[in-house]
Amino acid sequence: MIDPLSVFLLLISASTPILFAALGELVVERAGVLNLGVEGMMITGALAGFAAAYASGNPFLGFLVAALAGATISLLFAALTQVFLANQVASGLALTLFGLGLAAMFGKPFEGVKAPAMPIGPLRINWIVWLGLVMVPVVWWFLNRTRRGLILRGVGENHEAAHALGYDVRLTRLAAIAFGGAMAGVGGAFISIATVLQWTEGMTAGAGWIALAIVVFSNWTAPGVLAGAWLFGGVTVLQLRLQAAGVAVPVQLLSMAPYLATIIVLVAISARQKYSRRAGAAAPGSLGTNFHALR
Amino acid sequence: MRSKQVKDLTKGTELTDMPVFRAKGLGKSYPGVRANDDVSFHVMPGEIHALLGENGAGKSTLVKMIYGLVRPDDGQMWLGDGAHAPSDPRVARTAGVAMVFQHFSLFDALTVAENIALGMENPPPRRELSARITKVSHDFGLPLNPARRIVTLSAGERQRVEIIRCLLQNPRLLIMDEPTSVLTPQEAELLFATLRKLAAAGTAILYISHKLDEIRSHCDRATILRHGKVVDSCDPRAHSARDLAAMMVGGQMRQIDRSGRQPGAVLLEVRALSQPAPNAEGTALKDIALTLRAGEILGIGGVAGNGQEELLAALSGEVRSTPGTVTLEGADLSATGPEPRRVAGLLSAPEDRLGHAAVPDFSLTENTLLTAGSRKSLVRGGLIDHKAARDYALAVIEGFDVRTPGPHVAARALSGGNLQKFVIGREVMQNPRVLVVNQPTWGVDAGAAASVRQSLLDLARQGAGVIVISQDLDELLELSDRFCALNEGRLSPPVPTDGLTLDRIGLMLGGAHGMEEAHL
Repeated sequence: MIDPLSVFLLLISASTPILFAALGELVVERAGVLNLGVEGMMITGALAGFAAAYASGNPFLGFLVAALAGATISLLFAALTQVFLANQVASGLALTLFGLGLAAMFGKPFEGVKAPAMPIGPLRINWIVWLGLVMVPVVWWFLNRTRRGLILRGVGENHEAAHALGYDVRLTRLAAIAFGGAMAGVGGAFISIATVLQWTEGMTAGAGWIALAIVVFSNWTAPGVLAGAWLFGGVTVLQLRLQAAGVAVPVQLLSMAPYLATIIVLVAISARQKYSRRAGAAAPGSLGTNFHALR
Repeated sequence: MRSKQVKDLTKGTELTDMPVFRAKGLGKSYPGVRANDDVSFHVMPGEIHALLGENGAGKSTLVKMIYGLVRPDDGQMWLGDGAHAPSDPRVARTAGVAMVFQHFSLFDALTVAENIALGMENPPPRRELSARITKVSHDFGLPLNPARRIVTLSAGERQRVEIIRCLLQNPRLLIMDEPTSVLTPQEAELLFATLRKLAAAGTAILYISHKLDEIRSHCDRATILRHGKVVDSCDPRAHSARDLAAMMVGGQMRQIDRSGRQPGAVLLEVRALSQPAPNAEGTALKDIALTLRAGEILGIGGVAGNGQEELLAALSGEVRSTPGTVTLEGADLSATGPEPRRVAGLLSAPEDRLGHAAVPDFSLTENTLLTAGSRKSLVRGGLIDHKAARDYALAVIEGFDVRTPGPHVAARALSGGNLQKFVIGREVMQNPRVLVVNQPTWGVDAGAAASVRQSLLDLARQGAGVIVISQDLDELLELSDRFCALNEGRLSPPVPTDGLTLDRIGLMLGGAHGMEEAHL
């Protein structure tokens, strides 16, 4: 039989990579930047983290290196869009392709080796899973209760006005992009270090795109991101259980289910959101537009 | 009782001879333009000081330098007895400069309290700030709920947010950039009452406006800018609006000629026109009825967001309506789109010049094709006649005194006034039967506004019907034969413009949104 508690524990574990990446992207988008390179940053973190954990034997060092690697590669996107004012959509897509290719190339020597074991935290749950859960209220608190968070939201909502009031739009966005990169890196490393325990080319398997979708689905709020990540994680665990139980449904359909469920909920929710800006439920006003100040 | 912050405003009540703000020899260049050149002036405590000038005269650059948004190339400023060279607006705010922007610098999705916190250097904790906003806003007679989101507020309320944001800073110098352009006359009066009380408490106010009457009745002194230079300084109360305009433009204003028009047969008839709101921020049109005769100008006034854009869209054909609601000379056009309506002679010029009336990155020639393609035979058999289009663009440029290097220039490169002349000219020179314009002189300087208005009058004299939708009531009084008010999507019955006063119009527009006068 399926034990509800163990399913729940599996669920929060399965949703962790997406939770990290989506929380990071949430902050990036609240600052008014659309970074479609989440997948590229995740795979970079997955490889860099795995390599560092393997070489040092310390998985936590792996996550630290993954965060740094994710942040570093995100700064490439930041330089393109914030300094050279390149198109954000094109730059983000390029970042994904670049990250995937880079990781595939440098990942060759790490194929077939095993990651060091993760120490188990309270409730037999991985420490990084706990960290992900703690990050939800932390990001919420930062966005809604701190001065920096308010400035960041202001920059994302109306960058002209934020500039007119004397806030540094570019610096705020650079910091947000780097944070998003670090979070995506940790999310990617969770797949390689804590879930699969080895490196495989293309192992993030679209998780970055789901993270992007979840940010929209969440209505740009941290609790919404958690709900979206759990939905995806829940359906993932469920379909794995169904596969294991040998249900007479083609395995391709079951593997498809988490993505399908996320997309359907996303469409349903955004159809409702479309006209509800008045209630404050909508995308940041300056999302995806570049800012250039004339001084 | 008033809060501590506001009480402090009353400190410098004894007016001294020491200017609050002085500028000497300020200059700023941008590639190809000298925005400001050798600008010197000063503002005294308790003075409402007007900054007058045409578009592009350098007013905005000047106040941006004072507010630290732009750094001057040369010259010096002083605030009080200290040098004032703010590296960014936060430094300027700390020094005691506050500014209310022409285009609201508010964050739509954020609450009133959050917006105000962003405009302050060291905001108190959230609860305390909310309490102070409620208190100060009531003390000034500008009540605000700190928890409301900006998107849910009216234009007048949004401005209150900006003003309260400034007042909580306790400024020595308050800069206001065209603050009344979105207000009803009653709201504007309340604003002035508040400003006068602030001035009486010693705050210096630097006031930018196009509206000469407003400046004449409320400002103590005026500095006039032309082409980036100070050309004159005067007591605006001692001069007529005509004199002030002449100083701004540097020549005589053209006298508006209203003569020679005869109302003729009915051209356009709108009956029982109702439309749902196009989106959450839009306004539904409710049972609109109007009749327009040949040779007549019908003015439609109202505060922004009361259905102006929706009405224009329903008349231009962008939005189709139920059969029988819009007829032109007996022909039912309700179900047709913009192009058939243009062919029939119903033309329009929307408010948003850049993006709605013209494509920003298209050349002027290409932009003429957008509306004049059929009436001027610029498109034949699906192919563009480039020479004809170019010739028509040139004719518009010449006929309407559009200042541009030529028809190959992109629309976005033109100044607001020049593009407006082009957009209006493009329609007028097609000899429409009926022309509908929304905000024909919004953000346009006095000289260009006068020529746009004259062209509308000339068009009516030639037997066309013109509908002018505008928020500028003086303009409506000057142009129109009959006046209607548009309020929450309802159109009032028309009244003859002769003998109509601004007060009466203000009441027709729906009063002052619950604003009361400041009690300081």
